Amino acid sequence: MQVFGKTQDNLWTLIAAPAIWGFHFLFSYFLAAYRCAPNDDIFGTRAAIAVVTVICLLLILLIARRAGREWRTYGGAYRNDQATDNARERFLEFSTLLLAALSFVAVVFETLPIFVFWDCR
Amino acid sequence: MRARLAALAGTVAVAGCEGAQSAFDPAGLEAERVLLLFWIMLGGGVAIWIAVIAVSVYAAQAKTKVYSDRTGVLVIIWCGCVFPTVVLAALLWWGLAMMPDLRRPADGPTIAVSGERFWWRVAYAVEGGPGVIRNLPRGGVPSSNEIWIPLGKRTEILLSSPDVIHSFWVPPLAGKMDAVPGRVNRLVLEPTETGVYHGACAEYCGTAHAYMGLRVFVVPEDEFEAYVAAQARPAAVDDGRGAQSFLENGCAACHTVRGTPADGDVGPDLTHVASRSTIGAGLLPTTIENFAEFIRSTDHVKPGVEMPSFGMLPEEEIVAIAEWLETLE
Repeated sequence: MQVFGKTQDNLWTLIAAPAIWGFHFLFSYFLAAYRCAPNDDIFGTRAAIAVVTVICLLLILLIARRAGREWRTYGGAYRNDQATDNARERFLEFSTLLLAALSFVAVVFETLPIFVFWDCR
Repeated sequence: MRARLAALAGTVAVAGCEGAQSAFDPAGLEAERVLLLFWIMLGGGVAIWIAVIAVSVYAAQAKTKVYSDRTGVLVIIWCGCVFPTVVLAALLWWGLAMMPDLRRPADGPTIAVSGERFWWRVAYAVEGGPGVIRNLPRGGVPSSNEIWIPLGKRTEILLSSPDVIHSFWVPPLAGKMDAVPGRVNRLVLEPTETGVYHGACAEYCGTAHAYMGLRVFVVPEDEFEAYVAAQARPAAVDDGRGAQSFLENGCAACHTVRGTPADGDVGPDLTHVASRSTIGAGLLPTTIENFAEFIRSTDHVKPGVEMPSFGMLPEEEIVAIAEWLETLE
């Protein structure tokens, strides 16, 4: 997969951002549950979630940037419903961009509790 | 007829908003915040609903203008993406920002409450300790189905269960919290008004689930201290016929009356049963007649209860036990 050139989009590039969102969700959820079962100090847990969040957000931004750039370069049309390779490519790029935006917001939302919860009560 | 029905429905709806078991009549910090959230969510929901209906009505007009793709996409982006994201982010942050205040550690007493089929075992003055604990601490001052808490203090309720999952809910004071076997959950109550509040088990736990009520008395702190001290004392027992019948007929296998040989641990502690406002977990007012009725036809008064009926006892023995229980203040 070429990241900064013309990439052939497919279903894998489409679901990359939601997959990162899914990973982030499971990681945060399981780590918090695991560390809270014996009620350990969760400063490390919160820090780990923060680091993973930053990495996930950067990856999602990269995906969004790649898809958005290619979509814009080739016209940035919203309607890509012709039965051509070109239209399919634009459709996938635009969908990838939207899914990346959704995933970005979701990852941010999932992370907000680490600023509020200091212990496992 | 229709007007009457409407008036009746209105009365019922309004009546449901007041009272000792209503979340619309808050008397605790958490319940107040939850109610505020509810009104704001309701107001926002109604406003959005009206806007969506208005747009639908407009879109259903025969002669609407044709919009370009670009306008359509802009509407989707602003109304379908940006608006919900901003609203949800604001609600999420506002909700989370409430947590530090609601989750402040308790500065008042710690009370262990065990949800049991189908009543609440209460122990005052227990040692909670920090962190996750699996089982409720032992000891403390036992009581049941009635919890006294001091006004202006944050009381920690330690919740667990020996049998199935129950849920402790006193709507005017706070949200519900589950009582789960093998784990202790902590609920902090911060009452803002004195009074008597009704609670219930909010997780189906068996036949008598609906009869698993409780009362919470919010009182000034000195009154609370005096109450717990009184509960800690053994019963003022006389050795009359009632006490004898109680001990002879096996009641002591399940019930404790401190100051007598009765030390059963299956059912509620009856040492000060007459000081409580109800019997049968919020079911009946505490009177001699109700004690007698509960002993005589337990499964009729509270279907599904674990205690067997003692209707086979001679009536005068039942009455004697009831009269004796009524003296246990």
